[in-house]
Amino acid sequence: MDISFALTGKGYVIVAADTVAARSIVKMKVDEDKIKVLSPHLLMAYSGEPGDTVQFAEYVERNIRLYQIRNTHALRPPSAASWIRRTLADSLRSRKPYAVNLLVGGYDTSTHNPHLYWIDYLGTMSEVPFAAHGYGAYFALSLLDRYHDPEASVEEGLATLKRCIDEVAKRLVVNPEKYKVKIVDKDGVREVEI
Amino acid sequence: MSRSYDRALTVFSPDGHLFQVEYALEAVRKGTCAVGVVGKDVVVLGVEKKSVLQLQDPRTVRKVAMLDDHVCLAFAGLTADGRVLIDKARIECQSHRLTVEDPVTVEYITRHIAGIQQRYTQSGGVRPFGVSTLIVGFDPHDVKPRLYQTEPGGIYSAWKANAIGRSSKTVREFLEKNHKDGMSRDDTIKLTVKSLLEVVQTGAKNIEISVMESYGKITSLDLAQIEAIVAEIEREKEAEAERKRSRLAATAAGQAAMSQAAGGSGQ
Repeated sequence: MDISFALTGKGYVIVAADTVAARSIVKMKVDEDKIKVLSPHLLMAYSGEPGDTVQFAEYVERNIRLYQIRNTHALRPPSAASWIRRTLADSLRSRKPYAVNLLVGGYDTSTHNPHLYWIDYLGTMSEVPFAAHGYGAYFALSLLDRYHDPEASVEEGLATLKRCIDEVAKRLVVNPEKYKVKIVDKDGVREVEI
Repeated sequence: MSRSYDRALTVFSPDGHLFQVEYALEAVRKGTCAVGVVGKDVVVLGVEKKSVLQLQDPRTVRKVAMLDDHVCLAFAGLTADGRVLIDKARIECQSHRLTVEDPVTVEYITRHIAGIQQRYTQSGGVRPFGVSTLIVGFDPHDVKPRLYQTEPGGIYSAWKANAIGRSSKTVREFLEKNHKDGMSRDDTIKLTVKSLLEVVQTGAKNIEISVMESYGKITSLDLAQIEAIVAEIEREKEAEAERKRSRLAATAAGQAAMSQAAGGSGQ
Protein backbone atom coordinates (compact mmCIF):
# COMPACT_ATOMS: atom_id res chain seq x y z
CA MET A 1 0.00 0.00 0.00
CA ASP A 2 3.06 2.25 0.17
CA ILE A 3 2.81 5.27 -2.10
CA SER A 4 5.76 7.33 -3.20
CA PHE A 5 6.18 10.13 -5.72
CA ALA A 6 9.15 12.05 -7.00
CA LEU A 7 9.69 14.74 -9.58
CA THR A 8 12.52 16.87 -10.85
CA GLY A 9 12.46 20.59 -11.52
CA LYS A 10 14.89 23.40 -12.16
CA GLY A 11 17.85 22.44 -9.97
CA TYR A 12 15.95 20.25 -7.52
CA VAL A 13 14.26 16.91 -6.93
CA ILE A 14 11.18 16.52 -4.74
CA VAL A 15 10.64 13.12 -3.14
CA ALA A 16 7.44 12.31 -1.26
CA ALA A 17 6.26 9.19 0.49
CA ASP A 18 3.25 8.37 2.66
CA THR A 19 3.89 7.85 6.37
CA VAL A 20 1.72 4.84 7.12
CA ALA A 21 3.18 1.64 8.46
CA ALA A 22 0.46 -0.94 8.00
CA ARG A 23 0.12 -4.64 8.69
CA SER A 24 -2.74 -6.46 7.02
CA ILE A 25 -5.75 -4.13 7.37
CA VAL A 26 -4.41 -2.32 10.42
CA LYS A 27 -2.51 0.96 10.50
CA MET A 28 0.25 0.46 13.05
CA LYS A 29 1.86 3.87 12.76
CA VAL A 30 1.18 7.11 10.89
CA ASP A 31 4.50 8.93 11.20
CA GLU A 32 6.92 6.54 9.55
CA ASP A 33 9.71 8.19 7.56
CA LYS A 34 10.23 6.18 4.38
CA ILE A 35 12.77 8.54 2.82
CA LYS A 36 16.43 8.05 3.75
CA VAL A 37 19.00 10.78 3.41
CA LEU A 38 21.96 8.84 1.96
CA SER A 39 24.43 11.69 1.61
CA PRO A 40 24.31 15.51 1.68
CA HIS A 41 22.74 15.57 -1.79
CA LEU A 42 21.04 12.20 -2.12
CA LEU A 43 17.60 10.93 -1.13
CA MET A 44 16.00 7.53 -1.38
CA ALA A 45 12.31 6.69 -0.91
CA TYR A 46 11.72 3.01 -0.28
CA SER A 47 8.64 0.81 -0.32
CA GLY A 48 7.82 -2.87 -0.56
CA GLU A 49 8.01 -5.83 1.78
CA PRO A 50 8.09 -4.52 5.36
CA GLY A 51 11.34 -5.48 7.02
CA ASP A 52 13.17 -5.82 3.73
CA THR A 53 12.71 -2.11 3.10
CA VAL A 54 14.36 -0.82 6.24
CA GLN A 55 17.05 -3.50 6.21
CA PHE A 56 18.02 -2.71 2.64
CA ALA A 57 17.80 1.06 3.07
CA GLU A 58 20.09 1.00 6.12
CA TYR A 59 22.54 -1.26 4.32
CA VAL A 60 22.67 1.19 1.41
CA GLU A 61 22.95 4.17 3.76
CA ARG A 62 25.99 2.74 5.56
CA ASN A 63 27.74 1.73 2.34
CA ILE A 64 27.24 5.16 0.77
CA ARG A 65 28.64 6.72 3.97
CA LEU A 66 31.61 4.34 3.96
CA TYR A 67 32.36 5.37 0.38
CA GLN A 68 32.28 9.02 1.40
CA ILE A 69 34.65 8.52 4.34
CA ARG A 70 37.05 6.47 2.20
CA ASN A 71 37.14 8.90 -0.69
CA THR A 72 36.36 12.27 0.94
CA HIS A 73 33.72 12.91 -1.73
CA ALA A 74 30.29 11.30 -1.83
CA LEU A 75 29.16 9.23 -4.80
CA ARG A 76 27.39 11.30 -7.42
CA PRO A 77 23.74 10.39 -8.01
CA PRO A 78 24.24 8.37 -11.24
CA SER A 79 26.98 6.25 -9.64
CA ALA A 80 25.04 5.82 -6.40
CA ALA A 81 21.93 4.75 -8.29
CA SER A 82 23.93 2.27 -10.36
CA TRP A 83 25.46 0.80 -7.22
CA ILE A 84 22.06 0.48 -5.56
CA ARG A 85 20.55 -1.15 -8.64
CA ARG A 86 23.41 -3.60 -8.83
CA THR A 87 23.03 -4.48 -5.16
CA LEU A 88 19.32 -5.17 -5.70
CA ALA A 89 20.06 -7.20 -8.83
CA ASP A 90 22.60 -9.31 -6.93
CA SER A 91 20.08 -9.76 -4.15
CA LEU A 92 17.42 -10.93 -6.63
CA ARG A 93 19.74 -13.75 -7.67
CA SER A 94 20.43 -14.83 -4.09
CA ARG A 95 18.51 -17.31 -1.96
CA LYS A 96 16.43 -14.63 -0.25
CA PRO A 97 16.00 -11.54 -2.43
CA TYR A 98 15.00 -8.14 -1.10
CA ALA A 99 11.54 -7.07 -2.30
CA VAL A 100 12.11 -3.33 -2.31
CA ASN A 101 11.11 -0.59 -4.73
CA LEU A 102 13.05 2.67 -4.73
CA LEU A 103 13.05 6.23 -5.93
CA VAL A 104 16.53 7.72 -5.79
CA GLY A 105 16.75 11.48 -6.18
CA GLY A 106 19.91 13.53 -5.99
CA TYR A 107 21.60 16.72 -6.97
CA ASP A 108 24.93 16.44 -8.76
CA THR A 109 27.11 19.16 -7.26
CA SER A 110 29.69 18.84 -10.05
CA THR A 111 27.39 19.31 -13.04
CA HIS A 112 24.61 21.12 -11.14
CA ASN A 113 21.94 18.77 -12.44
CA PRO A 114 19.12 17.07 -10.58
CA HIS A 115 18.78 13.34 -11.15
CA LEU A 116 15.91 10.98 -10.44
CA TYR A 117 15.99 7.19 -10.79
CA TRP A 118 13.13 4.76 -10.66
CA ILE A 119 14.27 1.34 -9.43
CA ASP A 120 12.15 -1.74 -8.71
CA TYR A 121 12.82 -4.97 -6.84
CA LEU A 122 13.79 -6.78 -10.07
CA GLY A 123 16.75 -4.47 -10.51
CA THR A 124 15.13 -2.41 -13.25
CA MET A 125 16.44 1.14 -13.30
CA SER A 126 15.60 4.11 -15.44
CA GLU A 127 16.40 7.78 -15.14
CA VAL A 128 13.14 9.69 -15.35
CA PRO A 129 11.84 13.25 -14.96
CA PHE A 130 9.12 12.07 -12.56
CA ALA A 131 8.20 8.75 -11.00
CA ALA A 132 5.86 6.95 -8.64
CA HIS A 133 5.63 3.60 -6.88
CA GLY A 134 2.63 1.78 -5.45
CA TYR A 135 -1.06 2.46 -6.06
CA GLY A 136 -0.34 6.18 -6.34
CA ALA A 137 1.35 5.50 -9.67
CA TYR A 138 -1.98 4.59 -11.28
CA PHE A 139 -3.36 8.06 -10.60
CA ALA A 140 -0.27 10.23 -10.56
CA LEU A 141 1.54 9.32 -13.77
CA SER A 142 -1.13 10.78 -16.05
CA LEU A 143 -1.21 13.95 -13.96
CA LEU A 144 2.56 14.22 -14.02
CA ASP A 145 2.51 13.64 -17.80
CA ARG A 146 0.19 16.60 -18.12
CA TYR A 147 1.63 19.00 -15.53
CA HIS A 148 5.31 18.20 -15.06
CA ASP A 149 7.71 20.91 -16.17
CA PRO A 150 11.48 20.33 -15.95
CA GLU A 151 11.98 24.11 -15.65
CA ALA A 152 9.43 24.53 -12.84
CA SER A 153 10.32 26.39 -9.64
CA VAL A 154 10.11 24.62 -6.29
CA GLU A 155 6.67 26.16 -5.62
CA GLU A 156 5.35 24.94 -8.97
CA GLY A 157 6.86 21.50 -8.36
CA LEU A 158 5.18 21.27 -4.98
CA ALA A 159 1.88 22.35 -6.56
CA THR A 160 2.18 19.50 -9.07
CA LEU A 161 2.94 17.08 -6.25
CA LYS A 162 -0.12 18.37 -4.40
CA ARG A 163 -2.27 17.54 -7.44
CA CYS A 164 -1.03 13.95 -7.31
CA ILE A 165 -1.66 13.64 -3.60
CA ASP A 166 -5.14 15.15 -3.92
CA GLU A 167 -6.01 12.82 -6.76
CA VAL A 168 -5.00 9.81 -4.67
CA ALA A 169 -7.08 11.16 -1.79
CA LYS A 170 -10.04 11.51 -4.12
CA ARG A 171 -9.89 8.20 -5.96
CA LEU A 172 -8.03 5.60 -3.91
CA VAL A 173 -10.11 3.46 -1.56
CA VAL A 174 -7.73 4.01 1.35
CA ASN A 175 -6.18 7.44 1.66
CA PRO A 176 -2.84 7.59 3.51
CA GLU A 177 -3.61 11.20 4.60
CA LYS A 178 -0.08 12.22 5.55
CA TYR A 179 2.98 12.49 3.36
CA LYS A 180 6.59 13.26 4.14
CA VAL A 181 8.15 15.51 1.52
CA LYS A 182 11.87 16.11 1.09
CA ILE A 183 13.65 18.33 -1.39
CA VAL A 184 17.25 18.04 -2.51
CA ASP A 185 18.95 20.89 -4.33
CA LYS A 186 22.30 22.72 -4.37
CA ASP A 187 21.96 23.52 -0.65
CA GLY A 188 21.43 19.89 0.32
CA VAL A 189 18.38 18.15 1.72
CA ARG A 190 15.45 19.77 3.48
CA GLU A 191 12.03 18.66 4.58
CA VAL A 192 8.91 20.63 3.71
CA GLU A 193 5.35 20.51 4.94
CA ILE A 194 2.53 20.36 2.44
CA MET B 1 70.75 -20.11 16.93
CA SER B 2 68.35 -17.29 17.60
CA ARG B 3 67.77 -17.06 13.84
CA SER B 4 65.31 -19.89 13.89
CA TYR B 5 62.96 -18.16 16.36
CA ASP B 6 61.97 -15.23 14.19
CA ARG B 7 60.84 -17.24 11.16
CA ALA B 8 57.38 -18.22 12.29
CA LEU B 9 55.53 -15.61 14.28
CA THR B 10 53.76 -17.99 16.54
CA VAL B 11 57.00 -19.26 18.03
CA PHE B 12 58.50 -17.75 21.16
CA SER B 13 62.23 -17.38 21.59
CA PRO B 14 63.54 -19.20 24.70
CA ASP B 15 63.65 -15.98 26.70
CA GLY B 16 60.01 -15.20 25.91
CA HIS B 17 60.29 -12.76 23.05
CA LEU B 18 58.28 -12.61 19.86
CA PHE B 19 60.93 -11.20 17.56
CA GLN B 20 58.59 -10.17 14.73
CA VAL B 21 56.57 -8.04 17.11
CA GLU B 22 59.73 -6.34 18.31
CA TYR B 23 60.80 -5.73 14.72
CA ALA B 24 57.39 -4.18 14.09
CA LEU B 25 58.02 -1.81 17.00
CA GLU B 26 61.32 -0.96 15.33
CA ALA B 27 59.43 -0.08 12.14
CA VAL B 28 57.26 2.23 14.24
CA ARG B 29 60.33 3.91 15.72
CA LYS B 30 61.57 4.60 12.18
CA GLY B 31 58.23 6.13 11.11
CA THR B 32 57.43 9.83 11.17
CA CYS B 33 56.40 11.29 14.50
CA ALA B 34 52.76 11.77 15.53
CA VAL B 35 51.56 13.62 18.62
CA GLY B 36 48.18 13.72 20.35
CA VAL B 37 47.27 16.19 23.09
CA VAL B 38 44.04 16.45 25.09
CA GLY B 39 42.84 19.87 26.24
CA LYS B 40 39.81 21.00 28.22
CA ASP B 41 37.24 20.41 25.50
CA VAL B 42 39.48 19.84 22.55
CA VAL B 43 41.87 17.21 21.30
CA VAL B 44 44.65 17.89 18.83
CA LEU B 45 46.55 15.55 16.52
CA GLY B 46 49.86 16.71 15.08
CA VAL B 47 51.97 14.76 12.64
CA GLU B 48 55.35 15.20 11.06
CA LYS B 49 54.91 15.20 7.29
CA LYS B 50 57.60 13.90 4.97
CA SER B 51 58.63 16.59 2.53
CA VAL B 52 56.52 16.32 -0.59
CA LEU B 53 58.52 15.94 -3.79
CA GLN B 54 58.39 18.82 -6.21
CA LEU B 55 56.02 17.18 -8.68
CA GLN B 56 53.96 15.24 -6.13
CA ASP B 57 50.37 16.15 -5.26
CA PRO B 58 50.47 16.92 -1.51
CA ARG B 59 46.76 16.15 -1.07
CA THR B 60 47.40 12.47 -1.76
CA VAL B 61 49.89 12.15 1.11
CA ARG B 62 47.91 12.24 4.33
CA LYS B 63 48.77 10.78 7.69
CA VAL B 64 45.63 11.71 9.60
CA ALA B 65 42.56 9.74 8.60
CA MET B 66 38.94 10.17 9.55
CA LEU B 67 37.42 6.90 10.73
CA ASP B 68 33.93 8.28 11.31
CA ASP B 69 32.30 11.68 11.92
CA HIS B 70 33.75 11.83 15.40
CA VAL B 71 36.93 9.74 15.37
CA CYS B 72 40.32 10.51 13.83
CA LEU B 73 43.43 8.36 13.58
CA ALA B 74 47.10 9.15 13.05
CA PHE B 75 49.74 6.48 12.71
CA ALA B 76 53.49 6.05 12.71
CA GLY B 77 55.27 3.26 10.89
CA LEU B 78 54.64 1.53 7.56
CA THR B 79 52.19 3.67 5.62
CA ALA B 80 50.89 0.73 3.60
CA ASP B 81 50.06 -1.24 6.75
CA GLY B 82 48.41 1.83 8.21
CA ARG B 83 46.18 2.16 5.19
CA VAL B 84 44.91 -1.39 5.53
CA LEU B 85 44.24 -0.91 9.23
CA ILE B 86 42.37 2.35 8.58
CA ASP B 87 40.16 0.65 6.02
CA LYS B 88 39.28 -2.14 8.44
CA ALA B 89 38.47 0.43 11.12
CA ARG B 90 36.26 2.49 8.80
CA ILE B 91 34.27 -0.59 7.85
CA GLU B 92 33.83 -1.46 11.53
CA CYS B 93 32.58 2.08 12.27
CA GLN B 94 29.80 1.77 9.69
CA SER B 95 29.12 -1.85 10.60
CA HIS B 96 28.66 -0.83 14.23
CA ARG B 97 26.18 1.87 13.22
CA LEU B 98 24.30 -0.65 11.10
CA THR B 99 24.00 -3.25 13.83
CA VAL B 100 23.32 -1.14 16.92
CA GLU B 101 22.21 2.15 15.33
CA ASP B 102 24.80 4.05 17.34
CA PRO B 103 28.20 5.50 16.43
CA VAL B 104 31.23 3.77 17.91
CA THR B 105 32.86 5.03 21.08
CA VAL B 106 36.53 5.91 20.83
CA GLU B 107 37.41 3.10 23.19
CA TYR B 108 35.42 0.58 21.16
CA ILE B 109 37.16 1.35 17.89
CA THR B 110 40.53 1.45 19.63
CA ARG B 111 39.91 -1.99 21.09
CA HIS B 112 38.81 -3.21 17.68
CA ILE B 113 41.99 -1.96 16.01
CA ALA B 114 44.18 -3.35 18.79
CA GLY B 115 42.30 -6.63 18.43
CA ILE B 116 43.17 -6.80 14.73
CA GLN B 117 46.79 -6.01 15.51
CA GLN B 118 46.90 -8.74 18.15
CA ARG B 119 45.40 -11.32 15.77
CA TYR B 120 48.26 -10.68 13.38
CA THR B 121 50.76 -11.74 16.04
CA GLN B 122 49.14 -15.09 16.68
CA SER B 123 48.10 -16.50 13.31
CA GLY B 124 50.11 -18.39 10.73
CA GLY B 125 51.34 -16.96 7.46
CA VAL B 126 51.00 -13.32 8.45
CA ARG B 127 53.25 -10.65 9.91
CA PRO B 128 52.26 -7.99 12.42
CA PHE B 129 51.18 -4.49 11.39
CA GLY B 130 54.21 -2.22 11.46
CA VAL B 131 52.20 0.66 12.88
CA SER B 132 51.33 2.29 16.15
CA THR B 133 48.24 4.49 16.10
CA LEU B 134 46.91 7.46 17.99
CA ILE B 135 43.13 7.58 18.00
CA VAL B 136 41.31 10.72 19.06
CA GLY B 137 37.67 11.66 19.24
CA PHE B 138 34.52 12.24 21.23
CA ASP B 139 32.08 9.60 22.38
CA PRO B 140 28.48 10.10 21.29
CA HIS B 141 26.52 12.28 23.77
CA ASP B 142 29.70 13.19 25.63
CA VAL B 143 31.88 16.28 25.84
CA LYS B 144 35.07 14.67 27.07
CA PRO B 145 37.87 14.56 24.50
CA ARG B 146 39.66 11.22 24.31
CA LEU B 147 43.04 9.97 23.19
CA TYR B 148 44.10 6.36 22.81
CA GLN B 149 47.19 4.59 21.54
CA THR B 150 47.59 1.15 20.01
CA GLU B 151 50.78 -0.80 19.36
CA PRO B 152 51.73 -3.60 16.93
CA GLY B 153 51.46 -6.24 19.65
CA GLY B 154 47.84 -5.28 20.27
CA ILE B 155 48.33 -3.24 23.43
CA TYR B 156 46.03 -0.24 23.81
CA SER B 157 45.90 2.50 26.42
CA ALA B 158 44.36 5.91 27.12
CA TRP B 159 46.47 9.08 27.44
CA LYS B 160 46.34 12.79 28.22
CA ALA B 161 49.13 13.41 25.74
CA ASN B 162 51.40 11.06 23.87
CA ALA B 163 53.73 10.68 20.92
CA ILE B 164 54.60 7.77 18.63
CA GLY B 165 57.21 7.26 15.94
CA ARG B 166 60.63 8.81 15.43
CA SER B 167 62.08 10.46 18.58
CA SER B 168 58.79 9.83 20.37
CA LYS B 169 60.72 9.50 23.64
CA THR B 170 62.02 13.07 23.43
CA VAL B 171 58.56 14.38 22.58
CA ARG B 172 56.88 12.38 25.35
CA GLU B 173 59.34 13.71 27.89
CA PHE B 174 58.66 17.22 26.64
CA LEU B 175 54.92 16.62 26.99
CA GLU B 176 55.36 15.19 30.50
CA LYS B 177 57.08 18.42 31.49
CA ASN B 178 54.65 20.82 29.82
CA HIS B 179 51.21 19.23 29.74
CA LYS B 180 48.61 20.76 32.06
CA ASP B 181 45.05 19.62 32.64
CA GLY B 182 42.27 21.75 31.19
CA MET B 183 44.18 23.63 28.50
CA SER B 184 42.31 25.95 26.15
CA ARG B 185 42.06 25.28 22.40
CA ASP B 186 44.91 27.63 21.51
CA ASP B 187 47.17 26.35 24.30
CA THR B 188 46.57 22.76 23.26
CA ILE B 189 47.41 23.48 19.63
CA LYS B 190 50.48 25.44 20.70
CA LEU B 191 51.75 22.64 22.93
CA THR B 192 51.25 20.16 20.08
CA VAL B 193 53.24 22.29 17.64
CA LYS B 194 55.87 23.03 20.26
CA SER B 195 56.40 19.37 21.05
CA LEU B 196 56.63 18.51 17.35
CA LEU B 197 59.20 21.27 16.82
CA GLU B 198 61.42 19.38 19.27
CA VAL B 199 61.99 16.79 16.54
CA VAL B 200 60.94 18.47 13.29
CA GLN B 201 63.76 20.73 12.24
CA THR B 202 62.23 21.97 9.02
CA GLY B 203 59.40 23.81 10.81
CA ALA B 204 55.86 24.65 9.77
CA LYS B 205 55.85 23.18 6.27
CA ASN B 206 56.42 19.66 7.58
CA ILE B 207 53.73 19.77 10.24
CA GLU B 208 50.10 18.80 9.85
CA ILE B 209 47.61 19.68 12.60
CA SER B 210 44.05 18.40 13.03
CA VAL B 211 41.84 19.83 15.73
CA MET B 212 38.69 18.17 17.04
CA GLU B 213 36.55 20.47 19.14
CA SER B 214 33.38 18.52 19.72
CA TYR B 215 31.46 15.59 18.33
CA GLY B 216 31.99 15.67 14.58
CA LYS B 217 33.73 19.03 14.43
CA ILE B 218 37.14 18.50 12.88
CA THR B 219 39.31 21.16 11.30
CA SER B 220 42.70 20.93 9.65
CA LEU B 221 44.94 23.93 10.14
CA ASP B 222 46.36 25.32 6.90
CA LEU B 223 50.01 26.20 6.38
CA ALA B 224 49.59 29.92 7.17
CA GLN B 225 47.98 29.16 10.54
CA ILE B 226 50.71 26.72 11.50
CA GLU B 227 53.38 29.19 10.37
CA ALA B 228 51.83 31.86 12.61
CA ILE B 229 51.95 29.50 15.61
CA VAL B 230 55.53 28.49 14.86
CA ALA B 231 56.52 32.18 14.58
CA GLU B 232 54.86 32.89 17.94
CA ILE B 233 56.77 30.02 19.57
CA GLU B 234 60.03 31.27 18.04
CA ARG B 235 59.36 34.74 19.45
CA GLU B 236 58.73 33.34 22.91
CA LYS B 237 61.91 31.30 22.75
CA GLU B 238 63.82 34.38 21.63
CA ALA B 239 62.44 36.44 24.51
CA GLU B 240 63.26 33.66 26.97
CA ALA B 241 66.85 33.48 25.68
CA GLU B 242 67.11 37.27 25.89
CA ARG B 243 65.94 37.24 29.52
CA LYS B 244 68.47 34.52 30.29
CA ARG B 245 71.29 36.50 28.65
CA SER B 246 70.47 39.70 30.55
CA ARG B 247 70.19 37.78 33.81
CA LEU B 248 73.57 36.19 33.20
CA ALA B 249 75.04 39.59 32.35
CA ALA B 250 73.54 41.06 35.52
CA THR B 251 75.01 38.35 37.74
CA ALA B 252 78.36 38.64 35.99
CA ALA B 253 78.34 42.40 36.50
CA GLY B 254 77.37 41.95 40.15
CA GLN B 255 80.15 39.48 40.74
CA ALA B 256 82.65 41.77 39.05
CA ALA B 257 81.55 44.70 41.20
CA MET B 258 81.81 42.60 44.36
CA SER B 259 85.28 41.33 43.60
CA GLN B 260 86.32 44.87 42.74
CA ALA B 261 84.90 46.14 46.02
CA ALA B 262 86.66 43.35 47.92
CA GLY B 263 89.90 44.17 46.15
CA GLY B 264 89.44 47.91 46.89
CA SER B 265 88.95 47.44 50.63
CA GLY B 266 92.08 45.24 50.81
CA GLN B 267 94.38 48.02 49.65
